[in-house]
Amino acid sequence: MEGRLGRILLILVPYLWLLVFFLVPFVIVFKISFSETAIAMPPYLPVFDLSEGWEAFKAAFARLSFDNYAWLTEDDLYIRSYLSSLWIASVSTIITLMVGYPIAYGMARAPTAWRPTLLMLVILPFWTSFLIRVYAWIGILKKEGLLNLALISLGVIDEPLTILNTNTAVYIGIVYSYLPFMVLPLYSALEKLDGSLLEAAQDLGCTPIKAFWVVTVPLSLPGIVAGCFLVFIPAVGEFVIPDLLGGSETLMIGKTLWVEFFSNRDWPVSSAVAVLLLLVLIVPIVLFQMHQQRQQEREAG
Amino acid sequence: MADRQPASASRKTFAPWSDPSAEPFIVFDNVTKRFGDFVAVNNVSLNVYEREFFSLLGPSGCGKTTLLRMLAGFETPTEGRILLDGQDISTIPPYRRPVNMMFQSYALFPHMSVADNIAFGLKQDKMPKPEIEERVADMLRLVKLEQFAGRKPHQLSGGQRQRVALARSLAKRPKVLLLDEPLGALDKKLREETQFELMDIQENLGLTFMIVTHDQEEAMTVSDRIAVMDHGVFVQVATPAEMYEYPNSRYVADFIGDINIIKGTIKSTANGAVTLETEDAGTLVVHQAMDAIPGTPAYIAIRPEKMQVISGVSQNQIDGEVWDIAYLGDLSIYHVKLPSGAIVKASQTNVTRLIERPITWEDDISLTFAPDAAVVLLD
Ligand SMILES: Nc1ncnc2c1ncn2[C@@H]1O[C@H](COP(=O)(O)OP(=O)(O)OP(=O)(O)O)[C@@H](O)[C@H]1O
Ligand SMILES: [Mg+2]
Repeated sequence: MEGRLGRILLILVPYLWLLVFFLVPFVIVFKISFSETAIAMPPYLPVFDLSEGWEAFKAAFARLSFDNYAWLTEDDLYIRSYLSSLWIASVSTIITLMVGYPIAYGMARAPTAWRPTLLMLVILPFWTSFLIRVYAWIGILKKEGLLNLALISLGVIDEPLTILNTNTAVYIGIVYSYLPFMVLPLYSALEKLDGSLLEAAQDLGCTPIKAFWVVTVPLSLPGIVAGCFLVFIPAVGEFVIPDLLGGSETLMIGKTLWVEFFSNRDWPVSSAVAVLLLLVLIVPIVLFQMHQQRQQEREAG
Repeated sequence: MADRQPASASRKTFAPWSDPSAEPFIVFDNVTKRFGDFVAVNNVSLNVYEREFFSLLGPSGCGKTTLLRMLAGFETPTEGRILLDGQDISTIPPYRRPVNMMFQSYALFPHMSVADNIAFGLKQDKMPKPEIEERVADMLRLVKLEQFAGRKPHQLSGGQRQRVALARSLAKRPKVLLLDEPLGALDKKLREETQFELMDIQENLGLTFMIVTHDQEEAMTVSDRIAVMDHGVFVQVATPAEMYEYPNSRYVADFIGDINIIKGTIKSTANGAVTLETEDAGTLVVHQAMDAIPGTPAYIAIRPEKMQVISGVSQNQIDGEVWDIAYLGDLSIYHVKLPSGAIVKASQTNVTRLIERPITWEDDISLTFAPDAAVVLLD
């Protein structure tokens, strides 16, 4: 009996965790997204007050409306923000893949003794604050920053490049920040790859480059998919990077949400933006889950 | 198997290695391969001829795979050259060598079906699709995996995977096919069938095969010549019959088939006969041309089936007591203990049913062998 109780507790704890720290806040946000702004504290109406009884609750409930969602479709700022976020996240994901693949490949082909060190180097940036690392990029990318200084002193350019506060800087920031999430799953897929398969491909007449495309890439596909999702999903809602590195042209939903929330103090609209963002992201998240599950089944079977 | 053609007459006379004017097809010219300090292949020279079925035999780690990998292009010789059809191939990458290899680990592509694995090499050659399909079907039939064409490698048993690997390496019909233990995971019956199929393919398509095997019986069955390797060198390179009848060392004698080795010293050599004095079996005579100083230590190697159970002969009589009998159905092998304590084995064909054993445990019996049935080895 005790064993069973223990098992139930074991299962219950993570669910409780999710309930308290994810579901409850989400329900609150969800509710706010149906409210209207008010100059009050909190800055929206209605406020459910259970102490005033059932009738008051029903009255408050009746005041909830879809107005905020309707508003999101009326002003095209929001649609453009969503689309632009998806675009920026997609482009960044592709660049991260192109940068991460050679790194992961090199790590997987490195002598076994080096691999833990290389793995460590990939994880090392996590030891400093994300915010500080993004700030550091300001120092690198600004007009009189390290990059421009280096390029000018090398004679590559005469005039400093404007990178900071453009979308280019946002791409650089996202690729840099999320690179480990790409490299790690790729590395674990590539490390499993049996070198004799490449030899067999060459033996049968494949050039090494062709063997890479017909053997290495398909066999590392699980890593590619996992890495892309792990970069894409958080990149869509990214706020810090576009805020610090991007400029006025940079339109990302995280930034729009922040402006609604803190500058306009419009909690209901920003809540609606957040709820929609979640809906937008549910598609890739579900796809990712399905992929992971299939992968596990394949490995088990 | 019933429709198999009898081995062609050309096979009987196929012996280019004894023809000094024959051009070798594959030449290992003083090839050495070192991994760091470790010498995996030690100054090996070998000629293999076109259409030859050549086997490498030897204990684990003696360098067989390394030798094949150098020919396939996956290892470069540390010293020496390898020639293929008269051309030094050291600068030719693996994908341009007319050599295919069946890997000891199979190395099947896990993301491709059995049929796609077999078709892989043909696709690289840009063979037209209908021809590819036909060839793949042929290969599947050969390895008896027709109904598994759509399966992925991980859905196959070990023996089935081995057959896919074999089919994949054969599909391109390369001039030279290297087979690294191609039949090890098959059961005895399938293995014997496949051995004959391999011989047929090799013969009909005129290919040159180099095959690694741990199974000396298999090597004897399929090969034109066998090389016995030990620690990176060839101990003997010879036809199966030569290897069996005239092993050049105790190592080879022991490696190929079952053999009795009796230690002695040379008493005299004269008129093509060697007389030895042995502690175990007295004075023994072997017909063999040999020059050796009397007193040189030597060994007599005699196969169990060349021992006869008989007494009252004047020469090569060995007396002992039946210590053990292994009944194998067609044969019985008698383990005979000599007065010195040494055991020699004699096998006898069971020509009658063995209900009443003519010879049984603890019988005193005498063995003999013809002087030309044994060989004298000096090492
Ligand atoms: N890449 C390598 N690095 C270091 N040593 C190696 C390497 N490849 C092979 N060797 C060594 O060379 C020796 C010969 O290896 P090889 O694979 O040729 O043996 P083999 O005769 O095929 O053995 P088996 O019958 O077990 O397959 C072994 O001792 C092995 O450990
Ligand atoms: Mg081997």
